[in-house]
Amino acid sequence: MLTEFGRVLIFLIVGALFVAIGLFVAWLLRPHRPYPSKLSTYECGEVPVGDTRVRFNVRFYVVALIFLIFDVEVVFLFPWATVYKGLGWFAFIEMLVFLAILLVGYAYVWRKGDLDWDKPAPRIPRYEAGVGVRDAHLTEEEVAV
Amino acid sequence: MGLLDQKFENSNIVITTMDDLLNWARLSSLWGMQFGLACCAIEMMATGASHYDLDRFGTFFRASPRQSDVMIVAGTVTLKMASRIKTLYDQMSEPRYVISMGSCSNCGGPYWEHGYHVLKGVDRIIPVDVYVPGCPPRPEALMEGLLKLQEKVRNESLAKKKSA
Repeated sequence: MLTEFGRVLIFLIVGALFVAIGLFVAWLLRPHRPYPSKLSTYECGEVPVGDTRVRFNVRFYVVALIFLIFDVEVVFLFPWATVYKGLGWFAFIEMLVFLAILLVGYAYVWRKGDLDWDKPAPRIPRYEAGVGVRDAHLTEEEVAV
Repeated sequence: MGLLDQKFENSNIVITTMDDLLNWARLSSLWGMQFGLACCAIEMMATGASHYDLDRFGTFFRASPRQSDVMIVAGTVTLKMASRIKTLYDQMSEPRYVISMGSCSNCGGPYWEHGYHVLKGVDRIIPVDVYVPGCPPRPEALMEGLLKLQEKVRNESLAKKKSA
């Protein structure tokens, strides 16, 4: 006898077969003439440049996290505000407690300095008399190399 | 009334050749490559919009060459664009077809003599199946071009070509 999960199994098998047969027939029928230009990445007709793996500054992560917290706060505030009239003082104090907890988090983030965006500190070569600007910051050993 | 519509006493099995089935499938959904080059593209958009409605021929525009069957070169092919068009054509999956729409892409059109920046006909870089004349062609003309292309697809065959 077929159990309920037996039907699920049959469903899975038929589904897999359906896809497999479709792909197989397509493979039989389609022209197969690959060449490098055809297989190249579609970039609106332009020549693809660079890597798809772009590296982001890790500081965006903290900013995104902080944003998420206050985003969710607003999400909770909105339904609360729509039904506020019917709930009375209890809901008001509840929400104040919620906001206070988040405020503590906000103060923590502020104190930790996560809201400050570090300014980049580029190494600007110093000019000294008698030495070229280009290798002003190099030591003698580095120049020798 | 369709070809098979109300022709049978009761429901039947239809027997057909592989060629007919395949060609019918291919010509009934010639998806277009979505890009326009110049004023012809305005006519092409008009053809695709509700008034002329390309959808009823099975043609609608896809944003990727991987999913398109027919490239409608609508407009002036400048030399800068020519290399891109070649790339886009290469990236289309086979079977692929090209409709050259308008005088500019047919032969250079008004830029034939003094257009220092215009390719004198898109058929210099990619094989063209149907040429639609006009400057720009009316939507009816483009539809005629598509129907001509459908006719061409209808006569294709899977069989090996016999050497002459």
